[in-house]
Amino acid sequence: MRTYHQLTDPDRSGLVDQIDAQRKRVAERLAAVRRIVAVMSGKGGVGKSYVTAHLARALARSGRSVGVLDADLNGPTIPGLLQVPQTAQPPAIGLDGVKCISMGHFLEQGAPLAFKGPAAESFVWRGAMEASALREFLSDVEWGDLDVLLLDLPPGMQRYIELCDILGNAPAVLTVTIPTPESRDAVRRAMRAAVDHGSELLGIVENMVGGELKGTAGDDLAAEFATPVVARVPWHPIPDTWNQLARQL
Amino acid sequence: MKFLCVECDQQMAFAERQLPGDGTLAATFKCPKCGRVVAMLTNPMETQLVSSLGVEIGGRTVPSEPLEMVRANVMTGGMAWSDDAQERLSRVPSFVRGMVKKIYADYARERGISEITPAVMDTARAELGLEGM
Repeated sequence: MRTYHQLTDPDRSGLVDQIDAQRKRVAERLAAVRRIVAVMSGKGGVGKSYVTAHLARALARSGRSVGVLDADLNGPTIPGLLQVPQTAQPPAIGLDGVKCISMGHFLEQGAPLAFKGPAAESFVWRGAMEASALREFLSDVEWGDLDVLLLDLPPGMQRYIELCDILGNAPAVLTVTIPTPESRDAVRRAMRAAVDHGSELLGIVENMVGGELKGTAGDDLAAEFATPVVARVPWHPIPDTWNQLARQL
Repeated sequence: MKFLCVECDQQMAFAERQLPGDGTLAATFKCPKCGRVVAMLTNPMETQLVSSLGVEIGGRTVPSEPLEMVRANVMTGGMAWSDDAQERLSRVPSFVRGMVKKIYADYARERGISEITPAVMDTARAELGLEGM
């Protein structure tokens, strides 16, 4: 009996063609985006979204056209940070003219992300649904010409890996950590994964500096990965903190 | 996924797709040589997995709409309960009310029902054998 690859007649469903069309749509949509930067960390609670939103605003204030894709589908916070109104047709326009797309646009206040479908064994398909939503955010939002598209990733590596698959290449990465050794160890794993996938490391933002959190995570990671600490963000940052960061990207 | 007519050693060709509306999918494939037809039947979980890829078994007949998967599949809020349904639910003993509520919500979600009404509860009870809930 012949095996799968030996059956070469055209597939009338055209599933491979449909997947190719999806990839092309992503590439075409992002052709007008000059730079894509993933803001990531291996750790939750370090302020990725906070840094993303303020960096986006600083870039916009410096005259660049900026979009933010909130890839934290289960905990979307970008709409709140950019104070975007609910909008029927994404992208929404937030503070300083930053464009954004977020799962928060589709969910009622406080509602968790849930998909229609069978409840039993939903873990089988839920991850695929989330990846598909991420693909649609990339391919279907009319960003227009953008100088920078910032991708605010959730904790962990899953979304970053999905992103690499969907984009067909690894985006440049800006890493966020807090000073503690625990954060350093978690972020190290994420940075290694980013390097393994071929991402350019743009630098490290050390957040929540100068308070109760002690450690040298920023410097340790910078030395280990030969990438600069591009900002040390204090507990009470001033606009110039973000302006300085924006100038380095 | 491809289908082979073993007797003819021929790749079977997609013939027809049906979506009965209960979350399942039926697709038929025909052998171009002998004409034998087989049906592939998927359960709701398998159908959902295919759907989550953003592809259509049998091919697309209309171009995709922007954000169509998100708009079609994301539950925008919690399950809506009509006033009558809420009143009926309140009569369920409190120690099992949460479980009963989840059963009805799962039933509605799996069928794409956006609001639970007493009629939905009656149908669910009959289908799921939940007499007394």
